[in-house]
Amino acid sequence: MSVLIFVETQEGKLKKSAREAASYGAKLAGKLGTDALAIALGKVEHSELATLGQQGVTKVLHEESSNFDHFDSRAYAKAVAAAADKAGATVVVLSSSFNGKALAPRLSVRLKAGLVSNATELANTDGGFTVKKAVFSGKGVANYSITTDKKIVTVNANSFPIASGGGAAAIEDFSAGLSASDFAIKITHVEKAGEGIPLPEAELVVSAGRGLKGPENWGMIEEMATILHAATACSRAVSDVDWRPHHEHVGQTGLTISPNLYIAVGISGAIQHLAGVSSSKTIVVINSDPEAPFFKAADYGIVGDAFQIVPKLNDALKKYFSSHN
Amino acid sequence: MKFLVCISKAPDTTTKITFTDNNTKFNEDKVQWIMNPTDEWYALVRALELKETLGGTVTTVTVGKGDVEPVIRKGLAIGADDAVRIDADDTDAYQVASLIADYAKSENFDVIFTGKETINYNGFLVPGMLAELLDLPYVSLAVKLELNGNVATAIREIEGGEETLQVNTPLVISCQKGMAEARIPNMRGIMAARTKPLKVVAPGSVASLTVVKNFEPPKERGNVKLVSADNVEELVRLLHEEAKVI
Ligand SMILES: Cc1cc2nc3c(=O)[nH]c(=O)nc-3n(C[C@H](O)[C@H](O)[C@H](O)COP(=O)(O)OP(=O)(O)OC[C@H]3O[C@@H](n4cnc5c(N)ncnc54)[C@H](O)[C@@H]3O)c2cc1C
Repeated sequence: MSVLIFVETQEGKLKKSAREAASYGAKLAGKLGTDALAIALGKVEHSELATLGQQGVTKVLHEESSNFDHFDSRAYAKAVAAAADKAGATVVVLSSSFNGKALAPRLSVRLKAGLVSNATELANTDGGFTVKKAVFSGKGVANYSITTDKKIVTVNANSFPIASGGGAAAIEDFSAGLSASDFAIKITHVEKAGEGIPLPEAELVVSAGRGLKGPENWGMIEEMATILHAATACSRAVSDVDWRPHHEHVGQTGLTISPNLYIAVGISGAIQHLAGVSSSKTIVVINSDPEAPFFKAADYGIVGDAFQIVPKLNDALKKYFSSHN
Repeated sequence: MKFLVCISKAPDTTTKITFTDNNTKFNEDKVQWIMNPTDEWYALVRALELKETLGGTVTTVTVGKGDVEPVIRKGLAIGADDAVRIDADDTDAYQVASLIADYAKSENFDVIFTGKETINYNGFLVPGMLAELLDLPYVSLAVKLELNGNVATAIREIEGGEETLQVNTPLVISCQKGMAEARIPNMRGIMAARTKPLKVVAPGSVASLTVVKNFEPPKERGNVKLVSADNVEELVRLLHEEAKVI
């Protein structure tokens, strides 16, 4: 018996979401009285993988084959399932990253293991196995029971703190025994979306809507994001007219995010927008209309003209960071 | 080309969400059902566009009881050629994916389209499960798809960018914004939809792997604290000292 955690790397580094998943898996293993093992695929230094010990992982299985340098959900599912067999895993934990969400359902079928995605809390293992997740785009919460012997959980970004303190994890070379024909997808080009912080796992997010009047006015929003080391987001109304790229669109039909801080500037707070951001820990709303529905869903608000307030706020934030860093 | 589009119903995006039976069931009373937005706007429309340029057929498949038929008819009105309804209540993603796989495995579809996650259970599980059940490649969160013979070229979103890839059909693809522009059914489409074939098939027996034990309302947020526009330093202080997020 063990808990196996699939850890993702990017350019040779473990992703933050991988450490969150590792922390979740190790905590769960502790509760179940078993060990937490991890599986890593593709090129990454052993010294980097060994740091998963800090999150409580005892051993990392590593298949280095460069075939895994690009994601192919079918090949990855075969490899992770083989690792789960080898580890005797009864629970597999993944992060709710884009790749984690593509891989986990395949794994569920392969292992005949019930799967709950986007877990927001540690599974409850008292007399069963129950996982909490947001449903109805944040308008409800559901407790799912997994009824199979094997279980799979994907962990929502920013929902579970990264543990630290353990020693170094042992590394064991692993081969799932796949052949070239198991890899069906050929990546021909990768386009990076600029230097900014990717939105899906960002801890701080600055977002703006139609209240900004036009794409030429986003400079102050990007400046705030730079000061805060935050990602930028936007309302659908704004991405629909191409003021901002599609991947910034949050809400019921865009991305669902749960950062520690969400700052919404000139966004009315339509129910479909709130659905994507309501699980943010702290919400700040800046809007000229005191009746804007977003104020009802916010922790802090400033009523007024964004074009006046945002530059002043940027100055205040700069001052704060220069005295706190 | 033979295209299949998986379509799910979902409560209208403005629905007030409540629960019944001791918080064990979603309260469907007075709920207005719509087609899950990404299924309709992106998966269905891209399949139709490809059919229009390459020829072929677009079939939709839905797991659900009779009450889902208005949603299926809307898909036909937008332009699907025919529809299949697998006559079962949906119980979990595995059951839905298994029932669709049972139907699809003998039909030799070239591309199976789905939307992104549904806006009710937000699982984003059915397309991946379906791909595994049918042992097909799966492209998730796609924003573009072109077909040239049996070679598909797709662009999918990755964290912090996009990836262009090639893969041979048959395949499963989940679609999101960028893939196509939503279409509104016109009168002719709506009339034609009434007589297009909608086949009802009996479900095989499939067990679920998960069950919802109970629901809870989301955590309440306290009242908003308003800060004067002339005192933005106070907001910075609150974010640091009270919210502790900076
Ligand atoms: C099926 C469906 C799905 C949808 N999905 C999504 C989704 O996923 N995400 C999403 O965001 N929307 C979604 N929408 C759209 C949603 O209903 C709203 O139309 C949209 O969120 C509005 O965007 P907005 O707040 O930027 O614009 P508006 O509603 O126009 O709001 C602009 C706000 O800016 C304020 N403002 C104006 N000038 C200033 C100023 N100088 N300073 C400060 N504030 C100012 C105004 O008071 C107003 O509150 C969906 C709609 C439907 C029907």
